[in-house]
Amino acid sequence: MFYREAGQFKGSYAADQAIFTIPQDRVAMIVLLVAAFAGVPFILNDYWTQAILLPFLIWSMAALGLNILTGYCGQVSLGTGGFMAVGAYAAFKLMTAFPELNFIAVVLLAGLVTAGVGMFFGLPSLRIKGFYLAVATLAAQFFLVWLFNKVPWFYNNSATGQISVPPSYLWGLQVTGPETKPWAAYLFCLAFVCVFALAAKNIVRGRIGRMWMAIRDMDIAAELIGVRPLVAKLSAFAVSSFYIGMAGALYFAVWLGAAEPTEAFGINISFLVLFMVIIGGLGSILGSFLGAGFLVLLPILLKNGLVDGVGLLPVTAKHVEIATMGVLIIFFLIVEPHGLNRLWQIAKEKLRLWPFPY
Amino acid sequence: MEIVFGVFVSPFVQMWTDWPGFFLEVIISGLLTGVMYALVALGFVLIFKASGMLNFAQGVLALFAALTLSGLMDDYGVPGWLAIIITLFVMAGLAWLIERLMLRYLVNQEHIVLFMATIGLAYVLEGVGDILWGSDVKVLDLGIPQGASGWMMDTFGLYVEKLEIVAAVTAGILVAVLAVFFQKTRIGRALRAVADDHQAALSVGISLNTIWVIVWTVAGVVALVAGVMWGTKSGVQFSLSLIALKALPVLILGGFTSIPGAIVGGLIIGVGEKVAEVYWGPLVGGAIENWFAYILALVFLLFRPQGLFGERIIERV
Repeated sequence: MFYREAGQFKGSYAADQAIFTIPQDRVAMIVLLVAAFAGVPFILNDYWTQAILLPFLIWSMAALGLNILTGYCGQVSLGTGGFMAVGAYAAFKLMTAFPELNFIAVVLLAGLVTAGVGMFFGLPSLRIKGFYLAVATLAAQFFLVWLFNKVPWFYNNSATGQISVPPSYLWGLQVTGPETKPWAAYLFCLAFVCVFALAAKNIVRGRIGRMWMAIRDMDIAAELIGVRPLVAKLSAFAVSSFYIGMAGALYFAVWLGAAEPTEAFGINISFLVLFMVIIGGLGSILGSFLGAGFLVLLPILLKNGLVDGVGLLPVTAKHVEIATMGVLIIFFLIVEPHGLNRLWQIAKEKLRLWPFPY
Repeated sequence: MEIVFGVFVSPFVQMWTDWPGFFLEVIISGLLTGVMYALVALGFVLIFKASGMLNFAQGVLALFAALTLSGLMDDYGVPGWLAIIITLFVMAGLAWLIERLMLRYLVNQEHIVLFMATIGLAYVLEGVGDILWGSDVKVLDLGIPQGASGWMMDTFGLYVEKLEIVAAVTAGILVAVLAVFFQKTRIGRALRAVADDHQAALSVGISLNTIWVIVWTVAGVVALVAGVMWGTKSGVQFSLSLIALKALPVLILGGFTSIPGAIVGGLIIGVGEKVAEVYWGPLVGGAIENWFAYILALVFLLFRPQGLFGERIIERV
């Protein structure tokens, strides 16, 4: 009733292959984007940006990256934290070595560096798969974090071993550093995420995406019909790491401002992003956003509910929070193993049929 | 040139000049650490064999067991032997709960979903364990001898930890018991049948749910042993659960489905990382233990993807 496809005919192949074939979807998306770009910046404050919007956007970017690799190409990776560290440190080195460099270029270059590193650590995927590969990517995770801890060149020999972001400007507007206006940081991340989400959507719809999905669904059959596993797997690792590297650069430069490898890019980060991908839905772009939103908001809600609402001690609340997260993850996997994205699809189906059950 | 020399020549020269005293000590301490890794890896293998599930929660299971044990002894003053028995019952109850509340509903899901579920389980156990017993570091003292073994010191002039010898003996007994259990008992045969083919096992009347409870109980017992050993060595604290991550390269090396593989893999990883840390570590600033095991496993995988004792998977189209 509200959401009806019947009667909406497509007159051309282009219309049939559009991302949003139904006008309602298109309109909703445009309204959402206009609101995000033109509405939200006027009402947000420091807390909203720092605690909710920036983490949401940056984790979405990381989840997009991992979803390309795990969801579309079927290669499980636990090295996300390490790759984000590569992006962050590449951004740091670029910003300190070339202070004049445009910050957009910095983020893109950081992504490219990470893509190279990701391809290198993706090489074992040509020979091993499944859990074996997951453990192999753990090697990347631990090795990279160790490297950034040990080699002083990466953190410019600073005494603390931390890296902290120098201020940078875009068209006279500060986007990194402590003086940044919340809306500037928000708009910068939003623009990046929107552009690259669109790019990801189009990559996975096209030839390359189909190649990845063929490898994911059955690698031997894919090989037989002419997909080259080398090209498919390494390109998936490259594109995925590119996104994760950009996420790492934004995470460090725009959101945190300062980072220390063991804390900021530990193994927990890898798991967090993997959770986002799984809870959002493997192999869906929308799912990456839903998963990131869910896992960003959930701890905040739990914390507010437990500490302010029930009045638990913060320490106990932390433990309860961890346990509750675990319960929710198991619950989710049991109820809807295909993730939030699937729930959204079911909701759309229901709306299509409403008010009739069949 | 200096680097090439440092990598390929001087460590070996050093090993030769240290021979046999220090070098043997490094090897022995590596072997004994390896036994500890193998204890954790054993739990993984058991569950992987029976359900094809990589149980990430094994490390937290060990932590939980050690927490319960030390909590019972410290907070309630229960004597050691009784505390162990109670903990065994707790682990069995936990296995039952896990089957009831989780595994039952996850039948026929993809591997990655099962894997994620066990990570969720790890979070739950960690949270609950901390709520129940507090998160401060606990000392676990069951009367296991500690410190350097005087006999080894006097006879061979070697420094060997008593605790690690106990761990090695325990691991040996555990593996022997598990081998008998798997090979000779009815339940063991059923377990192997389930591991081989779920559907075939079901069709000859083996109850998958019961088997899972048994397997998780056995894994819980193994976790308890691992938890006791690690807890005695370095105190019962959260970092114990991270040992699970160290058990993963051990599994890769040994093959996911092989109990002897877990032991051999553990020994190789233990010796490998100790030797690398002592002789090659200083070249790059030390602390390479953190990742060396993974790189070792990775290099190994490139030559033998199924691990030392793993089942060779032949794929046909």
